[in-house]
Amino acid sequence: MIYMDHSATSPVDKEVLEAMIPYFSDSFGNASTLYSLGREARIAMESARKKVASLIGANPEEIYFTSGGTESDNMAIKGTVNRLRNKGNHVITSSIEHPAVDETCKYLEKNGFEVTYLPVGEEGIVKVSDLEAAIKDETILITIMHANNEIGTIQPIAEIGEVANEKSIYFHTDAVQTVGKIPVDVNDLKVDMLSISAHKLYGPKGIGALYIRKGFRLDPLLHGGGHERGIRPGTENVPGIVGLGKACELAENKLETNLLQVTELRDRLITNVLGEIQESYLNGHPTKRLPNNANFRFTGIEGESMVLQLDSKGIATSTGSACSSKKLEPSHVLLAIGLKEVDAHGSLRISLGKENTKDDIDYAVKSIKEVVESLRNISPLWCAAEEGE
Amino acid sequence: MYSEKVMDHFANPRNVGQIEDASGVGTEGNPVCGDLMTIYIKVEDDIITDIKFKTFGCGAAIATSSMITEMAMGKTIDEALKISRNDVADELEGLPPVKMHCSNLAADALRAAIEDYKKKKEGKGSEAESEESSD
Repeated sequence: MIYMDHSATSPVDKEVLEAMIPYFSDSFGNASTLYSLGREARIAMESARKKVASLIGANPEEIYFTSGGTESDNMAIKGTVNRLRNKGNHVITSSIEHPAVDETCKYLEKNGFEVTYLPVGEEGIVKVSDLEAAIKDETILITIMHANNEIGTIQPIAEIGEVANEKSIYFHTDAVQTVGKIPVDVNDLKVDMLSISAHKLYGPKGIGALYIRKGFRLDPLLHGGGHERGIRPGTENVPGIVGLGKACELAENKLETNLLQVTELRDRLITNVLGEIQESYLNGHPTKRLPNNANFRFTGIEGESMVLQLDSKGIATSTGSACSSKKLEPSHVLLAIGLKEVDAHGSLRISLGKENTKDDIDYAVKSIKEVVESLRNISPLWCAAEEGE
Repeated sequence: MYSEKVMDHFANPRNVGQIEDASGVGTEGNPVCGDLMTIYIKVEDDIITDIKFKTFGCGAAIATSSMITEMAMGKTIDEALKISRNDVADELEGLPPVKMHCSNLAADALRAAIEDYKKKKEGKGSEAESEESSD
């Protein structure tokens, strides 16, 4: 099987798994206890914290472990607005956020907050001037994702951070898709909070982190035993934390190498698909996109069918088609960049990983070509006369 | 998510294509929603002697179109009209609840093709009558 859905999840690295194993049944201690078994767990946890901090240019005491990206996003957003509700009630976000941010914002709207969803252009990028125009006295939080999970577009976070700093507004970014893939530095980006998810960078599922700049204390989501300096109580998932730490360490060591390698493969895929398949288009920005992301649309055919047919050829991919979603609605991201519904249904997302090879790409191109042809043959929206003229 | 039978009809759809001089053509669905089906039938002596389909849609959409053409082939118009939405899903050994609307579309498209055939037939019939009366 050729796995090309790394934006959904990634396999746990062998080294990560090896690092985690001792903390299940050998050094299984509760990190908050006083005896040596507990201290071992605590040492491992703090070592992991340093590794996570190092990958993003933060201090270890600014890293809080959570159950994953969704929790980190919820904690950052709800924690900030709840703490600052006396100062204002306005939040600014984008129209292409992950549901973990989008749904949280919708929840805030039902609870006395006002949210502005900044539009994006055809290429999926937020305009800093739109952000500036949206800021008002009541604005207490800006939350804009670093890169989009569907179309891979990278947002101008540093510029947005500059504006946020000037206006003294707290700024959070969901960096779930960028940490470990491209250089991420909280000081370069000028963010106050940043969400991380382990399973997107070859770590285990169920663990993530939230970076919170020193000096800011948000309201915790959970209340309990005072762990993580009271910000995120709950007995620490030491194996998970160790796994996240190791994944960050490996990512930092290999960042440049992996980035170059996967960019080359992505570009080969994009060039060949667009070159060899009629009426195929790239969704999103041609260059300001994640090094591993290619999101295509193909006229006249539907995404779930494409994904299923590619699966039968041994390739794992995903789509923004309505038919593949639980709500039977097409991807809000694809609609936000101006695609008509019928084109959003015909989208295919390919997200590569460090284990993909040139042969994988060539086989994928060949297979996509076959699948597109086969589905166009069945489609009432594609006329055979359009081909081969 | 999908039964083996659905996957079979999806991977190997039966009766894909168009009929140039179809007796009736029916289209249901909406590309905006992600489903569009067109069914072509050839009818002789009130029996469906040929049937083809074209579908834009997901695995369930393609499978239900393929299945209904298999079910309708060789049947009389009246028998074909009786094929219900649930019949198609049952023949496919079940569909996920969220995909049941695809079997609705298939049954509706076949019905639309049959209605189209009837309209065309009536049209020819009244033409013939008016020709006779003008003699």
